[in-house]
Parts: sequence; C-alpha cells; structure tokens
Amino acid sequence: MKEFKVTPIRNGTVIDHINVGMALKVLKIIGVGGNVNSTVSVLMHVPSKKAGWKDIVKIEDRELDPKELDKIALISPNATINIIRDYNVAEKFVVEVPNIIKGIMKCANPGCITNQNEPVETEFVVESKKPITLRCVYCDRVTTEVADNVR
Amino acid sequence: MSTTFRGMDVVSIRDFSREQIEHVLKLAEKMVPIAKGEERSVLLEGHVLGSLFYEPSTRTRLSFDAAMTRLGGRVLGFDQPTGASVAKGETLADTIKMVDSYCDIIVLRHPQEGAARLAAHFANRPVINAGDGAGQHPTQTMLDLFTIRKEKKSIEGNHVVIVGDLKYGRTVHSLSEALAMFGAQLTFVAPPTLQIPKEHLKAIEEMGHKPKISGSLEEVIKDADVLYVTRIQKERFPDPAEYQKVAGTFRIDLAMLKDVKKDLIIMHPLPRVGEIAPEVDATEHARYFEQAFNGVPVRMALLGLVLGGLK
Repeated sequence: MKEFKVTPIRNGTVIDHINVGMALKVLKIIGVGGNVNSTVSVLMHVPSKKAGWKDIVKIEDRELDPKELDKIALISPNATINIIRDYNVAEKFVVEVPNIIKGIMKCANPGCITNQNEPVETEFVVESKKPITLRCVYCDRVTTEVADNVR
Repeated sequence: MSTTFRGMDVVSIRDFSREQIEHVLKLAEKMVPIAKGEERSVLLEGHVLGSLFYEPSTRTRLSFDAAMTRLGGRVLGFDQPTGASVAKGETLADTIKMVDSYCDIIVLRHPQEGAARLAAHFANRPVINAGDGAGQHPTQTMLDLFTIRKEKKSIEGNHVVIVGDLKYGRTVHSLSEALAMFGAQLTFVAPPTLQIPKEHLKAIEEMGHKPKISGSLEEVIKDADVLYVTRIQKERFPDPAEYQKVAGTFRIDLAMLKDVKKDLIIMHPLPRVGEIAPEVDATEHARYFEQAFNGVPVRMALLGLVLGGLK
C-alpha cells in the first residue's frame, strides 16, 4: 500500500512534476500567499522516476487560468496539471509553452523600453521550446533566463 | 511594391526583404540630384514630419531634416528632451499619441532599446527608427548598403572587413546581417573582448556564410574591398592603458594602407575619435563623408515610399 505524506484533496489542483526547487516560485507566480482560505500543500524534493527529483504543489478549491498555466510552463515545462473534483482526477494534462508570451514576464534586458514606466504589455516570441529561448518583440534581445523574469 | 511600403513602420532592418531594400536603394539613386540641390522637388509638399530626438544626434537628425525639406515637406519636433514634457515625466507612449495627431510620419531616436517598436505600437502614423539605444538603426544600415553598392556597383562578392567595437556597436549587427543577406564575404576584426556576439555570428552562418574572425587588421586588410571602421569606446575598458593599446592597434593611418587594394573603400558611421587618422581623408580610399551624405537620398527614398509619394 502507498504511503501518503500529504492526503488527497477533494477539489482543487495538483501541480506535479515541477522542476525540483521551483515549487515556491510556482506559488509566487500564481499568487498563492498568506491570503488563501484553503489548504496549500507543498512537497519539495520528492523522488521522481522521470527526473530523479521533483516538487509537487496541491492547492485546494482553486483551478488555474490559462495565463497561470503559461507561467508554470515557462519555469517548469514538464509540469502536469491534475484538476481534482470530488476526489477524482477530472482532467490531467502537461502544461504547454505557448508560441507567443504576453504580459507574464519582464524582459531580461535592463535597457529595454518595456522595463520603463510605459503602459505596455511585454511580448516575446518563443524561438525554441527546448531549452526555452525567447526573443523580446520590442528590443529583440534573445534570452534563456526565463525563471527569474516570470512575474 | 508601393502597397507594401505605404504606411509601413521602419523599425528593424529584419522587417525588410532583400527585394524591398534593393527597391529603396534604386530609388535613393534617383534622389541624389534632389539631395544635392541640383533639382527641386515638391513630392512631399504639405506633409509634416515629427522629429523626436531624445538623444543628441548630428548626422541622423540633420539628414532626416534635409531629406524632408528637399522634398518640400516640413519638420517639427525636438532635438533634446529637456524642456519638453518628457522632462516632466511623460511616458513615451503619451508623447507619441500626441505627436501622432500633429504630423504625418514620426522619426524617433531614443536611448531605450525597443522604443521605436513601442512607438509604432501606439502611433497610427508610420514610425521610422532613427536609433534605439544599443538596438536597431535601420536607415544607417540602408545608407551603408547604398554606399557600398554605389562605390562598388554591387554588394555581392565584395570582401567587407568590419573593425572596431563589434560587441556593442549599434550599426555593426544589423549591417553584418544585411551584408550577408546580399552575399558579401565578411571578416570581423576586434580585440577578443569586443568581438561580434555569437548570436549574430550564428544568424550569418544560418544564411550559408562562413565569416572570418581575426584579431589582426594587418593580416586581413590586404584582401579587403571595403573596410568598415567603428569607434572603440573608452568606457568599455576598465584599464585606460589597455584601451590605449587596443585603440592603437586598430588605428587606420597611411602606414596601415601601404599594401591595400587600389580600389579599397574605407567607411565609418561617424563620429570618429582617432580610429582614422586625418591624413587618410585625402586618399582615394576615404568614403566616410560621402557615406554621411548618402543618408539624405536614402532617407528621401524611404520617406517618399512610406508617405506614398514614391512607388
């Protein structure tokens, strides 16, 4: 019989196969802090058959919107999303890096106009998904430094 | 062709195909007598250019002014942001939206990379990038191509040696990609810390070219058809002694030109600060002042095409 360190949730989302060490970053970018009303479980450094080690996040009574899924895809492209309804997995899918990234991360180039106080959404063209390589539509800077710039 | 240019933003040289650039260069050739004042034109009479220069510029600003004025148009704007609403903290987006309603075309020089793309996003009128920080300067690239084509009859097949600060130099990156697109053979000469960035090299290699990388100008200058010199900035070096050493190595003087091809042309986007000795100005190789003039007909052709006066 399997031993559960964290009990199953009734309704909500389980984000599995998060790159090891990125669980807290996942919570930060989807805005889970001290202001939630349900239980949030964080498992870090869990053995994984695929990757050796992984992180898992379980958020009760919350489903993620497309922008939040895009953010997770950027910092952890292999993460899987399990939507739980009444203790059952209602939906399960791997996050997908979109071809265009809009408004969810800042440009790594400090000299880019989008890092000034301009009323504009950042926009990046995804030049490669493995490893994730983005080109800023505004300043043309190509970057692989993604995790630190997702907000 | 006119439908593709009319109302088009000119933000990056990458937005243009080889055919489009060739079309601009051909029209620029026809503009030369007007640019020299030998012929009159009212092609853009009644049109107003909004010239927004957030950074000092001599050649680019004056040549845009000259180009618009020679075609019968008018220019309004500022050449430094102090005193303007910019100094009071207005966003570029707001300034652009306002100027957009005063003119038919906007020319923008700005210290921030991506500023022209942002301006194009907010403006209904076409925007021409006159340099955005360390980013793009497409009209400079076009006038450089125009100069080579005019002097050498074609760009293809020429061996272009580009020397100086190839890492941070604004003009070098887009020029080298454009030269590769036109089939020139490229050699990059720079101290190791200022060599051409890998991503640009990769972009050129993807076009099927194999540029040479060298640290010594003496080794490659003999085979050059075009020598494109850029400024090495002192502030890139933590040690002033190191700067002096490097700057001295890449200085073009008569001794350096001893064994070069007779028809070698020397170009420089200017301003120069000691990279080319004044004694070189009188040689048959110097073309940098002609290059600076060429900014006028090239910008005339672009203004005419984008505003719809030319096809």
